[in-house]
Amino acid sequence: MNLAYVQATGGKDDRPRLPGSLHVNRRLDRWLAFDAAGHVTVTPGKVELGQGILTALAQIVADELDVALARVVVRAATTPDSPNEAVTSGSLSVQESGMALRHAAASARAIHLQVAAQRSGVAVEALRVEDGAFLAPDGRQVGSYWSQADAALLACEAPADARPKPASERRVAGTSAARLDLPDKVFGVARFVHDLHLPGMLHARVVRPPARRARLLALDDAALPPGAALARDGSFLAVLADEEHTAERGAERLAARARWEAEDSLPPAQDLPAWLRAEPGEREVVAERENEASDAARTLRATFFRPYVAHASVGTCCAVARWRDDTLEVWSHSQGIYNLRADLAKALGMEEAAILVHHVEGAGCYGHNGADDVALDAALAARAVPGRPVRLLWTRAEELAWAPVSSAMLVDIEASLDAEGRISAWREEVTSHGHSARPGRNPAPTLLAVEYMDPPRAIPNAINPPLAAGGGAQRNAVPAYRIPRLTVGVTRIARMPLRCSALRGLGAPANVFAIESVMDELATMAGRDALEFRLAHLDDARGRDVLALAAEMSGWRQRTKREGFGLGLAYARYKNTGAYCAVAAEIEALDRVFCRRLWIAADVGEAINPDGVINQYEGGAIHGVSMALKERVEFDSRGVTSDEWESYPILRFTEVPAVETRLIARPEAPPLGAGEASLAPTIAAIANAIHDALGIRPRAMPFTPDTIAAT
Amino acid sequence: MVAFTLNGAAASAEMPEATPLLHALRGPLGLSGPRFGCGAEQCGACAVLVDGRPAYACTLNLGAVAGRSVTTVEGLGTPEAPHPLQRAFLAEQAGQCGFCLSGILVAAAALLARDPDPDDASIRAALDAHLCRCGSHNRILRAVRRAAAEMRGVR
Repeated sequence: MNLAYVQATGGKDDRPRLPGSLHVNRRLDRWLAFDAAGHVTVTPGKVELGQGILTALAQIVADELDVALARVVVRAATTPDSPNEAVTSGSLSVQESGMALRHAAASARAIHLQVAAQRSGVAVEALRVEDGAFLAPDGRQVGSYWSQADAALLACEAPADARPKPASERRVAGTSAARLDLPDKVFGVARFVHDLHLPGMLHARVVRPPARRARLLALDDAALPPGAALARDGSFLAVLADEEHTAERGAERLAARARWEAEDSLPPAQDLPAWLRAEPGEREVVAERENEASDAARTLRATFFRPYVAHASVGTCCAVARWRDDTLEVWSHSQGIYNLRADLAKALGMEEAAILVHHVEGAGCYGHNGADDVALDAALAARAVPGRPVRLLWTRAEELAWAPVSSAMLVDIEASLDAEGRISAWREEVTSHGHSARPGRNPAPTLLAVEYMDPPRAIPNAINPPLAAGGGAQRNAVPAYRIPRLTVGVTRIARMPLRCSALRGLGAPANVFAIESVMDELATMAGRDALEFRLAHLDDARGRDVLALAAEMSGWRQRTKREGFGLGLAYARYKNTGAYCAVAAEIEALDRVFCRRLWIAADVGEAINPDGVINQYEGGAIHGVSMALKERVEFDSRGVTSDEWESYPILRFTEVPAVETRLIARPEAPPLGAGEASLAPTIAAIANAIHDALGIRPRAMPFTPDTIAAT
Repeated sequence: MVAFTLNGAAASAEMPEATPLLHALRGPLGLSGPRFGCGAEQCGACAVLVDGRPAYACTLNLGAVAGRSVTTVEGLGTPEAPHPLQRAFLAEQAGQCGFCLSGILVAAAALLARDPDPDDASIRAALDAHLCRCGSHNRILRAVRRAAAEMRGVR
């Protein structure tokens, strides 16, 4: 996945430790370049997914170099020139790319100042930098990044001893700089991969089979409209045309005239929890603690369920591909261009060096969606027309029904209180598919089309990354609270009839929903307030701070009961190692549950762009409200049936709660990431608020009238 | 050939009348603001104004706009001369991925043209046909209120 995954699963490494991705991409000129015109071009390997990361990275560089932010040009990642930062995922981009760039920029600054000192005879300590100009104590300019740009000064490895500025001297990092990409987006400027118009470009659409498992038997391609052509590899079919509408109509007509052998392969949708429990899998103990504890006085047992959920981006997946002389060039909104390149090479039987992958922004990305899949689709379509670029766009139905989904999960918890009302024991069993089938890490490719090409190849079962890399199903499965006797086991189901992979939070939403529901129930059993009970069991001071802040913001201690309304509280530190978040949620129970207000307390350590962090926390929380109240992938024995917005509804403008987010400033503390921290605690806070309003403990997501009534 | 007014200027497209307006706008007419999201009037990403009223360019036939006036987000304003809504969206940093913004901006422009001082419920109702998955809704609501105030001359 991200670099954390690579390092957690890689071998021994004796090289001097450099920050973040700089450790594995050590040359400075892979990251930064100055030009005589007064710009510094930054080339991170992490990519813009709508989260604003490129702006944050530009701020870090501007700060360390002492140049105006406007001089920083951030270039989108591309193979083979960009540093390989693996995947943009896991809320790790500031830690991995940002800290690499901070160190690289500090190194570049020191190298350039050294040269200016030697040339001018002014002591290096006496020089200062003003918007890229190197000034002697008398104000005389003795050089600049721009005048020294052509000296190949960065053609070297980063020194281990570079010293970035202390927090107190930062002027750009830590401020809410405006997003660099947003102006294009409010003026409708071409910026997305969907907007690429290459000379001679054709449009393409895939003809999907009528079932997840299906084989093409016969095809009547006489049905194609004039101007449309076919690309076929085994059971993979695409239609190409000059005009987008012709490709669309061609794909529809061909779909109606293709004969398939289709199989039933999906689990029983009506009885999913029982199916999950009965499926064979491998169990792993994630945490085990056997400390001295008082005897259990009272015990609580509960099972929590989350169905499969979808990415459901507003834009559909898209890629452009072009073949020229046995080389393939792909424009993609993948989260990991090198990983995609590796799987394209495996799928197409090519050398990686013969493939170029350029990142171009897509619509909002919340995990491993179809971005990589559509790149192979486009490559297969373009192979029919060598030399011509082909833009392949997924339909809404493909986006919702053919992209990987996030696993359905069961969480069983048995927790005990001692006679004093303290938690004495906790047993938890998580049952789930794996949460990552990302490309680039398995000998077999994981791109959708390989299952339909000739010969068809099975996509390997999704894995759970090791806990050291954040985990998958086991993410946030271990309660953060003081519990003397603890066992947490995770069973990974051995197969995945619905293709599962990483979606915002991975296992955290189900695990935190379960743990924080049980914490509320234990508090009630102990006769304690839900906030006090948590604080009494939480040793992490920063965790206590966010809990106390969310409680204060929501008026927790002064709350009064209002008919039909409920207030709930929840807490999680993302991955138990990342950003802190506590959420208070107010819900109103009418014919269904509405979330009316959210109060969010956040601690991400150093915040490079506080407004960007708040935007991410708020966006994640609204995603959480949507997942909590509305989302469930529907399917029959053959395929996903929730393939348009009516059957896969997400939260709308009339349903969105008011959100207040406060960020605890810790500029001296290492950055902890932001994008995924708020989603899981928001879901749990809503569950607890529903109990406060209705006296019913929701056990199954989404919290709709039917699942609440079934509890 | 279908002739109409596009963002204030005469335009024509040499395409069959049954072509979705969206393909004409994004194809031969060279625009990128209106976006494909679902093709079924369920998400609002493709929204444009036809004679000032919001319409779904994904299902509207090109032939249906003959002789009429079509406005896309590109027609609201430019970086040099932004519409108050575009200025307000930047001031409020109202967006994340931004894919939904083209449709939301034209829908908000239509709202403010008919109701210069909409309350919160009216803004939500006017934008309810538009999906935003990144969760920028509250910023978008603030931006629309900010633009409305500016357009009414309130400081």
